[in-house]
Amino acid sequence: MSNPNNVSLNINHDLTFIDGHALTIPTLSILTEDGDIHPSATAPDISKNTAIKLYETMRFIRLLDERMQGAQRQGRVSFYMQCLGEEAAVTASAAALDQDDMIMAQYREQAALHYRGFTLDQFMNQMFSNELDLGKGRQMPIHYGSKELNYMTISSPLGTQIPQATGYAYGQKVKHIDAKSGELESPIDNVTICYFGEGAASEGDFHAGLNMAAVHKAPVIFFARNNGYAISTPADEQFKGDGIASRGVGYGIKTIRVDGSDALAVFAATQKAREIASTHGEPVLIESIAYRLGAHSTSDDPSGYRSKDEEANHKVCPIDKFKKWLIKQDWLNEEDDAKAKEAIREDILAALKRAEKVQKPALEALISDVYDTPIPSLVRQYDDLKAHIKQHPDAYPITAGRIK
Amino acid sequence: MAKMNMLHAINSALDITMQEHPQACVFGEDVGYFGGVFRATSGLQEKYGKHRVFNTPLTEQGILGFANGLAAFGAPALAEIQFADYIFPAFDQIVNESAKFRYRSGNEFNVGNLTIRTPYGGGIAGGLYHSQSPEAYFAHTPGLKIVVPRNPYQAKGLLRACIKDDNPVIFFEPKRLYRASTGEVPEEDYSIELGKAEVVQQGTDVTLLAWGAQMEIVEQTAKQASEQGISCEVIDLRSILPWDVETIAKSVTKTGRLIVSHEAPITNGFGAEIAATIQQECFLHLESPIMRVCGLDTPYPLALEKEYVPDALKVMAAIKQSMDF
Ligand SMILES: Cc1ncc(C[n+]2csc(CCOP(=O)(O)OP(=O)(O)O)c2C)c(N)n1
Repeated sequence: MSNPNNVSLNINHDLTFIDGHALTIPTLSILTEDGDIHPSATAPDISKNTAIKLYETMRFIRLLDERMQGAQRQGRVSFYMQCLGEEAAVTASAAALDQDDMIMAQYREQAALHYRGFTLDQFMNQMFSNELDLGKGRQMPIHYGSKELNYMTISSPLGTQIPQATGYAYGQKVKHIDAKSGELESPIDNVTICYFGEGAASEGDFHAGLNMAAVHKAPVIFFARNNGYAISTPADEQFKGDGIASRGVGYGIKTIRVDGSDALAVFAATQKAREIASTHGEPVLIESIAYRLGAHSTSDDPSGYRSKDEEANHKVCPIDKFKKWLIKQDWLNEEDDAKAKEAIREDILAALKRAEKVQKPALEALISDVYDTPIPSLVRQYDDLKAHIKQHPDAYPITAGRIK
Repeated sequence: MAKMNMLHAINSALDITMQEHPQACVFGEDVGYFGGVFRATSGLQEKYGKHRVFNTPLTEQGILGFANGLAAFGAPALAEIQFADYIFPAFDQIVNESAKFRYRSGNEFNVGNLTIRTPYGGGIAGGLYHSQSPEAYFAHTPGLKIVVPRNPYQAKGLLRACIKDDNPVIFFEPKRLYRASTGEVPEEDYSIELGKAEVVQQGTDVTLLAWGAQMEIVEQTAKQASEQGISCEVIDLRSILPWDVETIAKSVTKTGRLIVSHEAPITNGFGAEIAATIQQECFLHLESPIMRVCGLDTPYPLALEKEYVPDALKVMAAIKQSMDF
């Protein structure tokens, strides 16, 4: 019998099939619900500054989400997506990275972007698609991106960022391969993290991206947010077998599953994953388990597909859990926390009002960036459109007044 | 007759199909208990069971590959792609597989039982990934049929015809009109013949041709034009592939003028095919060049949607230009 490369032939004489659940992957948990370190766990190496910044980011995002959810109901923004229940998963993973590591996200990762330093005004300008939006008012609310902060602009088609992350990470690594010897000089200074939902993990791009990363050893951290639902589809109608983690193993990728409501567990896992990716130049998969407490988006109503009982069973608040730990560390107190919340609420409201008043992008934004410079047919279309708008200025109030 | 919106009409066509064929299956992302993000499949799972109306994993390529297999087996496969913008991961399964199944096998196998439903088009503040009109990509592929309804009555009759048709069909549903367009729809079964355009309004001066949601715009423009003494003949193409050259040519022979309007970018949009064919068919009858009022050659924008879309003012400008030529 030949031995196809990469397959271990463990000869056996029983007719045995391996069950889909035979591989049960453990879940790393460090914090208890009361904010203590689990007796048999070890706390990760996290500085006070990092821990506080992590907490402040989660607190800010919770308040931003609440306000923008409300703003959508008032008709002030067209759409919003909150990350209720997943704040710790996203923030703590971002906190364990280097500021210059690349983030390629799905859409529910605003906390990672804020951790990097995306300002309140930048969030608002994108959501109001005004002329200060870095994306020039072209995409729906929450499709953020910032080159300065190494946060790739969100694309709506699910999963497309996964093989892209593999390619980006490979670029980060190839710089460190000695041209003569072909040897890797490690550590690689920057790696890529790629976030996606358990739903997106069904897309063909997921399989392509993981396989490419494994075979070509790209330093990418695949961060699967398994929050139990893809819009209305529960995870058990999404995949069989042991979660997304078992797929990482199947592709030959080092894999860990963490409690995504536990900021310390996520931090520890990501810190270690980064070390593996940067020293060995290879991919790692983290599966975070944290229930999606809110609706999928403001266009969705989860009462149509899941029961109140089910929701009540998942009421763990990742922010409270971490806060209890911080208080026990004596790094935070309730009074300051309450005051800060009030101040943030006011800031958010003020920023919302500011962004609402900024004008929309000028007509030029319609045709720029389709190519590096507009091709002749597009220039002709643009000239015709300008002439048309000049003739009917009242019909196009957003741009008419600004056409020369 | 009952008053229905387009979603009810589509639901009714699916319901009739499920009753008619015990192996017909409705599937796609979130279509099961939830009834799809637009609720077009509401109530069907309760009625026909989880084995026939089900959520798929989130994989368009998987949905269409599965649908091709199911249809090849002989069961009506009623696949939903949640937004037409997300049909592209399934592009290979559609253009290389669905479209060529019959041809490459000498009709040993075919997927005539396949119907793909998908919401398309703009007007919902959806930006570039929730607004596209990708019909032209598919219209370049022999072996597919492509149909676009403009109101609930058309939606039910055309969808039933797509399902009964023995070819794979893509049915593009104008999502802006899902709830906005209502009308009288028979509760019983009926079909509208595929490949036939409908003359919605007779006229003598200029032919306005569109499909789907864009019909509302050209009908509105025709009304404004008639106030200015211009008589428009308004035609709904309904089937993009095959398309009804005869009805359009007959109309243009009468009016001498043609304006085609669609939301998709103008370059290589289906309007280009129509203009080329009609100028050949009607060359000696044309009083002015055939015009196209379409989307710009840019991705579908968000903030500047109004500027981008072919609205009534732009159609009107084309009518005047055509009349004054
Ligand atoms: C290719 C593609 N198909 C469908 C959609 C529509 N869609 C947007 S979000 C979503 C659910 C995603 O679920 P999951 O990946 O689990 O992430 P979560 O929303 O739970 O964070 C769907 C179906 C899309 N954006 N892209």
